[in-house]
Amino acid sequence: MENIYLTIVLAPLAGALLAGLFGKVIGRSGAHWVTILGVATSFVLSVVVFKYMVIDGNEPFNGPVYTWMVSDGIHMQVGFLVDRLTTLMLLVVTFVSLMVHIYTIGYMSDDPGYQRFFSYIALFTFSMLMLVMSNNFLQLFFGWEAVGLVSYLLIGFWYKRPSAIYANLKAFLVNRVGDFGFLLGIAAIVMYFNTLDYAGVFAAAPAMAGSTMQIFPGSDWSVMTVICILLFIGAMGKSAQVPLHVWLPDSMEGPTPISALIHAATMVTAGIFMVARMSPLFELSETALSFVLVIGSITALFMGFLGLVQNDIKRVIAYSTLSQLGYMTVALGVSAYSVGIFHLMTHAFFKALLFLAAGSVIIAMHHEQDIRKMGGLRKYLPITYWTSLVGSLALIGFPGFAGFFSKDTIIEAVHASHIAGSGFAYVSVLSGVFITALYSFRMFFLVFHTHERFDEHTRAHLHETPAVVTVPLIMLAIPSVVAGYWIDPVVFGDYFGDAIFVSHAHDVVGHLAEEFHGTSAFILHGLTGPAFWLATAGLGTAWFIYTQKPSIAEQLAQRFQLVYRIMLDKYGFDRFNEIFFAGGARGTGWTLWKLGDVLLIDGLLVNGSARLVGWVSGVVRHVQTGYLYHYAFSMIIGLLLLLSWFLWLAPGA
Amino acid sequence: MIAFEKIVFYLFAAILVYAATRVITVRNPVHAALHLVLAFFTCAALWLLLEAEFLAITLVLVYVGAVMVLFLFVVMMLDINTSPIREGFIRYLPVGLSVAGLMLFEMYLVVHSRYFSAGQMPAPVPHAADYSNTRELGSVLYTDYVYPFEIASVILVVAIIAAIALTMRKRKGTKTQNPAEQVKVRSTDRVRVIKMEAETKD
Amino acid sequence: MVLADYLILGAVLFGLSVAGIFINRKNVIILLMCIELMLLAVNTNFIAFSHFTGDISGQVFVFFILTVAAAESAIGLAILVVLFRNRHTINVDDLDSMKG
Repeated sequence: MENIYLTIVLAPLAGALLAGLFGKVIGRSGAHWVTILGVATSFVLSVVVFKYMVIDGNEPFNGPVYTWMVSDGIHMQVGFLVDRLTTLMLLVVTFVSLMVHIYTIGYMSDDPGYQRFFSYIALFTFSMLMLVMSNNFLQLFFGWEAVGLVSYLLIGFWYKRPSAIYANLKAFLVNRVGDFGFLLGIAAIVMYFNTLDYAGVFAAAPAMAGSTMQIFPGSDWSVMTVICILLFIGAMGKSAQVPLHVWLPDSMEGPTPISALIHAATMVTAGIFMVARMSPLFELSETALSFVLVIGSITALFMGFLGLVQNDIKRVIAYSTLSQLGYMTVALGVSAYSVGIFHLMTHAFFKALLFLAAGSVIIAMHHEQDIRKMGGLRKYLPITYWTSLVGSLALIGFPGFAGFFSKDTIIEAVHASHIAGSGFAYVSVLSGVFITALYSFRMFFLVFHTHERFDEHTRAHLHETPAVVTVPLIMLAIPSVVAGYWIDPVVFGDYFGDAIFVSHAHDVVGHLAEEFHGTSAFILHGLTGPAFWLATAGLGTAWFIYTQKPSIAEQLAQRFQLVYRIMLDKYGFDRFNEIFFAGGARGTGWTLWKLGDVLLIDGLLVNGSARLVGWVSGVVRHVQTGYLYHYAFSMIIGLLLLLSWFLWLAPGA
Repeated sequence: MIAFEKIVFYLFAAILVYAATRVITVRNPVHAALHLVLAFFTCAALWLLLEAEFLAITLVLVYVGAVMVLFLFVVMMLDINTSPIREGFIRYLPVGLSVAGLMLFEMYLVVHSRYFSAGQMPAPVPHAADYSNTRELGSVLYTDYVYPFEIASVILVVAIIAAIALTMRKRKGTKTQNPAEQVKVRSTDRVRVIKMEAETKD
Repeated sequence: MVLADYLILGAVLFGLSVAGIFINRKNVIILLMCIELMLLAVNTNFIAFSHFTGDISGQVFVFFILTVAAAESAIGLAILVVLFRNRHTINVDDLDSMKG
């Protein structure tokens, strides 16, 4: 099996290297063949691993592959931990990635950077696989940074657009903030556990639960809380939680396939996966869990609001991604890790589907992304229409679709939890359901229904996108519907086994499992719950406002101008960051340059000392008359003074 | 005996002070040098009184015989116009005398402290007639002070070389040989064989 | 004879040479002679101390001082000759190219 694990990781890397380094040689079709072959190999092998691990029920694999170095007893190595959690992630990552690869053939068909793009997305798949298969923090960090790097490359793929460069720089910098916390967390782990291996850390963690550290003198902090919050700050950056979410909407500057692959289905889920993987640590700190919960619920609710006012089709989906990531984080916060991962999986399918469908619309509309200039596309793009409908229904959690199972379970889990902040979180996630339905179907109706708002020229060229685009849509639509029925084993069964650890006090999922009586009963139960009614209300409201009485939306925007402006400003996070952090950094830099460099170092220390020496020597040089007798006189007078001192002043004279 | 020694000391001391005064006051540098010779001579006599026979002889031989001759040599060789050099003699006389007087006064105070009185430092018993100052000096110089002695010799060598190097100059028009160039020479530098057409005599 | 007599003689000699340096400040040759005179005064002191303490080491130092003084006057005169050759003067007032 070890060779299979290795192949899963290396096949996309090989594809990436071939397409990237020999892109000119193998040509455009060569590039997509090698990368698709690589990712397909990974997918097929992931299925093999799934069979081996889940169906045959074999023991998880945990072992080093290559030891890079050993320093002071800390092993730095490449190693794989393949358990059921990893297996699930492998399936999701490789499947979505494969779909995106196929889709890209159609989407990027006339782009000059075709080979480069395939190289990047294959490289991304490699990085993500390294991340999820890691058995130690070093490799986790490697994968973490590698997906960040590839994300940077891909957002700025159209590097001639200033907005793309701005967006990729922003993504990179914001992720640095999170990664700094992450790195500090890993450093704290090395400091307190003296190992980088998950297994060693998890085994030693319970013993550390009571220990404290002093960050500032005189204040005791629980070590586990500090470590978990630092690690979660990393997750906040990567999984775009408030306030480090600002990069994700801007990252829509990249081509649509990567929006689907990276900024919806896989990379942003790295943070969720990491927290789930670290469940034995997070379980030890209620404070950290509450922190996770509150951040998640803020993200879930308030980022959903922003989706309401966006007009760029991809940005609407991006904000829905933020909101859904908030849901996952909320699930982690209430210790329902399995539910979080489950939502991660279902979300990966339907969000990739939505993005790819949006991409399909964008192709058809000749790279027009403004939903105000669409409308009535249903009859031109039937496949896209139906798959989008599936995706949207899954997103809002309509009973029977994948999103319903995962999201409803999250809401139930929050309801059942007693951790600090769960009351707020419950309100947030419930309101979030309404908001999600509202903005999803706002977009859906504005794009596919209502009257046509585009010009004749566009209409003439409007037709359904080619098969390489629609096949992945259909392929993704299938799991968007059926993946939810897997809830029984994954969430309520013991699918994850030892991969996820939940302490007895926090075991809300176990509590829910007692009330679970099969999926059909679950759907029936969902129909009576508030979430369903809220979703339906959202859907209905969207239908009413945007297809029947479009004037209402404008009136509302007029009536609540202040709120509208704040939401258009995205709550001012960007402006705040620009003024406070960017401006502050520039100001600090300018001040340090002026004060530190120009004034202190150049002016005072370098030129100042030289000037001082010059001045002193200018004064002293007049002593050097050049006349011999002056020197002789000074010697004689010195002798005289010395003699006088000996005679009258010296001690004991 | 004591009285005779006193007479000799005061006589030579008087000559020494006189000679030294003349050295610093005479107009002519040659006279100054000659008075310096006198000063050295009388000082050598005083050193004899102090039973430092070897050094006294050395002073006469080295200083009077060599160094002062060198001085005279230089003074006579250089055609010095002494009149501007004497400028300021009167002007600086009071300053010089007061500084010198002050110094002398202070030294007097030092010397007249009780440490150097006759009680503290009685005159030593004179050595026997067969006492050899040179042997004593040599036995110390070549044992305890052998390394400083070697260094002193090196200093003398350096002084010789430096003096020569400083004063040596190449005159124009003198013909010298350069052995290095002579050794380095090759036959091709001197004779060049060239091929040429035979010419008929016409 | 007591030690103080010799020391005072040395002091007088020294004072004279100091005064000589002051009043003959322009003539380098006389300056050199004054320095020789100063060294003579110092040597006299050394020998006097050596005699009255019965320690021969003082004479050894006089020996070294004589050596160094000889070297010094040789080099000093050599410099003087070179100086005169280049500047045609030994007037100290004219030698101020080291002026700061």
